[in-house]
Formats: sequence, structure tokens, C-alpha cells
Amino acid sequence: MTQAVTAAPSRTAAAVRLDGVSKAFGTGGDSLLALDRVSLDVAPGEFTCLLGASGCGKSTLLNLVADLDRPSGGTIDTGGARVALMFQEPALFPWLTVTGNLELALKMRGVPRAERRARAAELLDSVHLGGFAKKRPHQLSGGMRQRVALARALALTEDESTGEGGGGQGTVLLMDEPFGALDAMTRDLLHDEIERIWRTRGLTVLFVTHNVREAVRLGDRVVLLSSRPGRVVQEFPVPMDRPRRIDAPEVAALAATITDRLREEVGRHGA
Amino acid sequence: MARDTTARDTTARDGLPQDTVPEDTVSEGTVPEDTVPQDDAPPKDTAPPKDTVLRKDAAPVPDSRLQRELAGLDALELGGGGRSGRLLQRSWSAVWPMVTAVLIALFAWQVVVWSGWKDPWVLPGPGDTLPIFWDQVTSGRFWDAVGLTMQRAVIGFAVAVGVGVVVGALVSQFRVLRRAFGSLITGLQTMPSIAWFPLAILLFKLSESAILFVVVLGAAPSIANGLIAGVDYTPPILLRAGKVMGLRGLTLYRHLIMPASLPSFVAGLKQGWAFAWRSLMAGELLVIIGDTTSLGVLLSQARELNATAEMISYMIVILIIGIVIDQLFGVADRAIRTRWGVDQD
Repeated sequence: MTQAVTAAPSRTAAAVRLDGVSKAFGTGGDSLLALDRVSLDVAPGEFTCLLGASGCGKSTLLNLVADLDRPSGGTIDTGGARVALMFQEPALFPWLTVTGNLELALKMRGVPRAERRARAAELLDSVHLGGFAKKRPHQLSGGMRQRVALARALALTEDESTGEGGGGQGTVLLMDEPFGALDAMTRDLLHDEIERIWRTRGLTVLFVTHNVREAVRLGDRVVLLSSRPGRVVQEFPVPMDRPRRIDAPEVAALAATITDRLREEVGRHGA
Repeated sequence: MARDTTARDTTARDGLPQDTVPEDTVSEGTVPEDTVPQDDAPPKDTAPPKDTVLRKDAAPVPDSRLQRELAGLDALELGGGGRSGRLLQRSWSAVWPMVTAVLIALFAWQVVVWSGWKDPWVLPGPGDTLPIFWDQVTSGRFWDAVGLTMQRAVIGFAVAVGVGVVVGALVSQFRVLRRAFGSLITGLQTMPSIAWFPLAILLFKLSESAILFVVVLGAAPSIANGLIAGVDYTPPILLRAGKVMGLRGLTLYRHLIMPASLPSFVAGLKQGWAFAWRSLMAGELLVIIGDTTSLGVLLSQARELNATAEMISYMIVILIIGIVIDQLFGVADRAIRTRWGVDQD
């Protein structure tokens, strides 16, 4: 019952494997250790939430997994999976229409020109924005832009040839506080939305947040990180049926437990 | 700690080996038993039954309901829209302040004339000038002059754009060039272009080339600087998104940096035009070539003949041409801003 999570999946099972990953910024005496020997295995199809206070290196960790940056030590193995990353900001290109943004992502995935328009339309339908293909990002609300960003991330996980959306074992979606800038109502609906897309596409999700309830609402497992440097403090499995309501008592109860642990961790920096 | 994991496994994880999901594993800090929900006792105080029916085959939140809720929220957040009024109304509200300003300027001019500060043949009023202005703009010689001047302006500006883009692209690309030439370009931008003419005349004699030389030197630094600023201020978050999308090298320029720097580049073009136009007028007054007729030539001849009304007419034309072309750049600039939503956010 209390075996370590990192040892549980067999060696071949992980979709993302971090083994003793460290990341330092700067050099010499001024260097700042952002991540300290983080080991983490994410199983294919698993929804893992990374939780921590400021300075826990959550975003650094995602950058490393997305191969935007190199670790100072340790290894990261994504097994050749297609990795897409989305941020707190939608980061859509303002000079392109909604469909133009998606088509560019598809183009970069190597999807032939003739198929892009239709594939973009499918992706937009999958985030319930079918009627907004010709709009520009600034004409949409924050929540809608974030859904377009989600569709673009999904576009980056598409196969070049098949008409089918990406998914399955080879697809890892990294999300860096994607709903952090949204109001509670919108966030609530987007929780349902991301859960549905994760479920239907069989994605492997690594979801960074500082919102404890959000982590419990969404995750199969919540991984608590310490701050400065980021280390894995503790992992909490979330043994609850889906869909969960963010205001459900059992979500609140586990969130309270995790929050206590998080506060304890934060308190160490005040001493 | 009995748990029901089949709900997810049967609805969503088809084809995935169940043992790959670390469901039954807990790290050293075990969750207290009482925080784990009892499967068969859905929370009493939460919401309608359809939310708590989470049995094995129940799809979480029916898609159609989620779709309806999202559509509702989208509609609410986008608001009513439809803000633009009628075209006629909008153009009138743009035009009347301009018309008023022109009338005020004419009136002020007339007041100075009425004050008797200068004799009317030295400083004629609007009433004497406007008929002469009309005579001028209906004469062939005048349009020949405007044609030559505009030809020089267009050629000079085009060369300046070419030079500015090449220099700007190189300097923004290479850090060494940036250190070497960055401040030099800004310095050139602030240098009054008329100061180049003695050198230009020595190098090129009284020729078209002398004028072209100064026009290009006047305009190119602004254009280069606009491009450099645009490349520099490409939002970092977009660069990150571009990297995630796999944009590198040429595709990065083609799909991200070039479009992102467009507004700044257009601002640089606009400023470059202003400098080109000023340099050109200075050039046409200083470098008078043979028997050509340009706006500058007309202006100097009017001064030699003490024909103030003609002179003022040419000045008005020079002003109008400057304003019209500046407005064209303004239109391009506003079109980009509206398209991108820079004004709204």
C-alpha cells in the first residue's frame, strides 16, 4: 500500500521518465538550483498534476520535458512521444485567424496542405469552437483563446498522415498553469473540457498548477514539489471517481491534507 | 482502501494495459482513510443526481451539456458586439475637426494680415493667395514639377527601404553588428540631413545622385531602426510558443518574427518617409539641376521674384503631399492594429 510510486510501473511502461533531473541556472557561485534530482515516472494515459509554491521549478520542469531546455544533470526520456506544451497565456499569433493558428501548427507537424483546413476544423470542433474559425484571437474571450491554444497543442500531437487525431501512448500534453488566468466559472467548465479530451484521446497529461483543488479535481496523482530547489516532496494518489466536482467534500478533504503539507514546506523558507 | 477504477478504465482507457496506471500506489505519506470517498455513498449535499451518477458506464458530464454550457459562456463573454456606427457618421466625426482646424489656421493668417504687420505684397492674405493657388494647381508646369519631385521621393524612399531592410536585418541578426552599428544608426537618425549636402555636392556635383544620396541617408536609419525594434520586441511568449511548434531558422523568421515585427516596421517606414520628404525638399532648394522643374525649383524662383502668394501656394502643396502620404502610413498602421486587436487589449 505504501510502496513508492516511482518504483511501481515496470521499466517499459512510463510515457515520461525523469531520472535524477537537476537544473541549475547561472554559473559558479551565483548559480541557482531550480530542480534538484527530481525523479518521476508518468504512465501512459495518466493525468499527473505537479503542485508547488513559487520557485518550485514547475515551469522549468515542463520546459525540460518539452525539450526547450537541457537539464544540468539526470536524464529525461519521453520515448520519442510527440510532446506539446501549453502555457498560462494562450500565446496565439495575433496576425493569424483561429484556423490559421491551427493550420500553422499542423503544417509544422508535416500535415499536407490539402488536409490542414479540414483537420483544423475537426480540432476546433473538439474544443467546441466550430463557429469561430475565421475570428482573430483578440475577438475571443480568455477562456475561448485558451481552448484554441489547447486545440493548437493537440494539433502538434497529430499524425502527419492519418486523418485521426493524435493520442494514445505516443502523445504527451504538458500544461503550465493553463487555467491560472481564468475566472472560476470558466475554469470549472474547462476542467470538464480537458478531462473529456484527455479521456477521449487517451493523452498522457503533465499538468502544473499552484491551485490545490484544481490538482485534486483533475489528477490521477498529485505530485508535491518543494521550492528552491524543486524536489519531489510527496505524491498523493487521487482515488476518486470521475468526473469530480471541484466543490465535492472528498476533493476538499484531500486538498486540505495536501495544503497542510504544502504549507509545512513553504514554512521552512520562513525560518 | 477499496476503489472503483473501472469507470475510467472502461470508458476511456480502452486498449491500455490496466497495470500501467499506478492506481494502487501511494508514497510514504498515505492519505488518511477518512478523506477517501466511499464509492457507494455519493456526497449528500452536492447538486442534482446527474452529477453524482458516476457509475461504471456513465460518461462524465454529457458532452452535449458541456457544449451548451461552453457556448452559453462564450456568448456571454463576447457581449453584444456591433460597436461600429454608420460609415457616413464615422467619416464625418473624423473630418469636421480637420476642417475646423484648417479654418482656424486661415483665420489666424488673415488676422496677421489685418494687423498690418507686413505690407500686403510681402505677406498676402488667404483671399489673395487662394486664387493664385488655384491658378497654379491647374497649370501644366506645376504638375510637371510635382511629377519630378514625387519621382525623386519614390525612388529615394524605395532605395532607403531596401538599404534599411538589409541593414536592419543584418544588425538584428548578429550581435557583433548590433554592438558595432546599433548606436551609429540611431546617431544617423538624429543627424539633420541637410548637414550631408556639402559632402553630397562634393561627391556627386549638382546631380540627381546628390539628392538621392541625402534622401537615402535621411530615411534609411529610421527604417532600419523600426525593423530592429520589431525583431527585438517579438513577445517572448510567442517565441516560446514558436519553439514548441518547431519553428526554427528560416521558418521562425517567415512565420513568427517577420509578422511580429510588422507594426514596428510600418512605424519605421512612416518616420522614414517624413525624413525622406524633408531631405528631398532641402535637396531641391540646394541642388538645382540645369533646367529641371521641381517643387523646390518653383519655390526658389518664387522667392527670387518676390512672388509670395505663389510661394505660399507651393508650401501648401508640399504640406498637403506630406500629410496625405503620412495618412496612408497611418491607415496601414491602424489596419494592422485593428486586425491584431492591439487597441482592444
